[in-house]
Amino acid sequence: MLAVVSDQAIALRGVHKRFGSIAAVDGLQLTVPLGVCFGLLGPNGAGKSTTMRMLTAQAVADEGSITVLGLELPREGKQARRLMGVVPQLDNLDVELTCRQILDVFARLYRVPRARRAAAVDRALEIANLQPRADTIVRDLSGGMRRRLLVARGLIHEPRLVLLDEPTVGLDPQVRQELWSLIDRLRSSGVTVLMSTHYIEEAERLADIVAVMSAGRVIAEGTPEELVRAHAGEEVLEVYGPPEHLREVTELAERRGWPSRRSGPAVAILRAEQPAAGELPEGSRRPANLEDAFVALTGEEIE
Amino acid sequence: MSVDALAEAERPSAVESLPRTRRLDPAAIAAVMSRDITLFGRYWQSTTFSSIVQPVIYLLAFGLGLGSLVSHVGHLDYVQYVGTGVVATAVLFSSAFPGMFNTFIRWRFQRSYDAMLATPIDVEELITAEVLWISLRAGVYCVAPLLVAIAFGLSPAIGMLLVPFIGFVTAIGFASFGVVIAAVAKTIDNFNYVTSAVLTPMFLVAGTFFPISSFPLGLRIVAELNPLYHCVQLVRDAALDQLQVADLWHAAFLLVFAIAMWRLAIRLLGRQLID
Repeated sequence: MLAVVSDQAIALRGVHKRFGSIAAVDGLQLTVPLGVCFGLLGPNGAGKSTTMRMLTAQAVADEGSITVLGLELPREGKQARRLMGVVPQLDNLDVELTCRQILDVFARLYRVPRARRAAAVDRALEIANLQPRADTIVRDLSGGMRRRLLVARGLIHEPRLVLLDEPTVGLDPQVRQELWSLIDRLRSSGVTVLMSTHYIEEAERLADIVAVMSAGRVIAEGTPEELVRAHAGEEVLEVYGPPEHLREVTELAERRGWPSRRSGPAVAILRAEQPAAGELPEGSRRPANLEDAFVALTGEEIE
Repeated sequence: MSVDALAEAERPSAVESLPRTRRLDPAAIAAVMSRDITLFGRYWQSTTFSSIVQPVIYLLAFGLGLGSLVSHVGHLDYVQYVGTGVVATAVLFSSAFPGMFNTFIRWRFQRSYDAMLATPIDVEELITAEVLWISLRAGVYCVAPLLVAIAFGLSPAIGMLLVPFIGFVTAIGFASFGVVIAAVAKTIDNFNYVTSAVLTPMFLVAGTFFPISSFPLGLRIVAELNPLYHCVQLVRDAALDQLQVADLWHAAFLLVFAIAMWRLAIRLLGRQLID
């Protein structure tokens, strides 16, 4: 049987998932087209990881339908998992095995034919730039190398769809850059990527389409530029000053109905292009970014 | 990181077509076991050491110690009696403990099961492979006490060739029992209850070191329900070339125990592994 091909890599319709009294996913609608890098952006607890687990049928939705590469989950989960690679948020490598051993085991788990297994392992080592460490046991690898090995493990069978759950959480900036370029190359090679993240910069840099998740559902979706324009306007005015001045500015914004938020030591007024120039207080203008849109949407400050 | 390897995305994918999925796919089970085998390559020395030294200690303690007071149990020499009893003990410990600890650690601490269940493996295949691996190992290693007992004076017999198979079937039951305990335990400390309240009495009330016929009736009935007792009887009759019709009952009991525990393990751990 050949995999049923559709133009959608992933489709979730009216998906609910409760844990006890908590609704982790609450009426989720999501469509990921083939061939894009799709970012699922949301604060911790928004339901991103639960969504990821449902896509591998490691969690089963209480309600709604989930289709991955034309296969219906959870019924056809096993076939679907054959076609996708998963990079988990939490490191679950076998610390006592070498990189090569781990990749070989996963090549078997993904049913890479015996004749191609050695080549698949070498290719994965190359992608992750781990050839010099091929025979090092995982316990002796650095955090960045372990993360790269996790990615390589998920790519061993050349999947058409890759799920990355918070791919760079807890990594230092240099390692994060390395992973970003790897994800970017993945997307360029035609693989569909679904990435969950709570780093706005990560979504902005990598994602073709971003869906903002909050409290178990998608509250906005579009290209990063579309989201910024729709929810934060074009320009942001940042006003600095002593606390009482900032309080006055906040009150002024509230009276005039200008969207504003505290942004570190400043007050940021969104859609600063709209009011007449004379109305606004003194401050510095900058282009609106995804963080402005995100805060406007969720009311939450995140990294 | 290398650009070239990804740039080769043009070439055919490693997985081209999807065969219809089947239950208990042998390729899936072999893949899960390949991980166990690879890991075993790292610790086989310690396993081999303990599986030989432990029966030596039991045989010395019971054979030389208790054996100096007791020369025969029924029609058997005490070394024949204890030597075969120790085989069953080895099976119990080399299956129930890995069943409990490996499962709990791999599931809760190392998250290896989560990693494997993100690949085309399902819960039934995962648990079956894990139990199968433990049982194959137990089946092989339970020969060690027999060899030690031969060194202590037990005569080799053709029926001894059956012992690995008896050990294997018994181990499926006990390894699965271990998985069941891991699935219901809240913390790893809970295993202490099982070890002291279930496994230790089980290993003593099984006719391993002394016959259950000396027990009062109530305890004899408990012993008859103890799978390890049936393993001991079967191993003893096989290893001493004394197989009889009653052994069919022992074998049937062990088979039913193995299948029931295997299914229960899949059911209970499966419920925990899939949200």
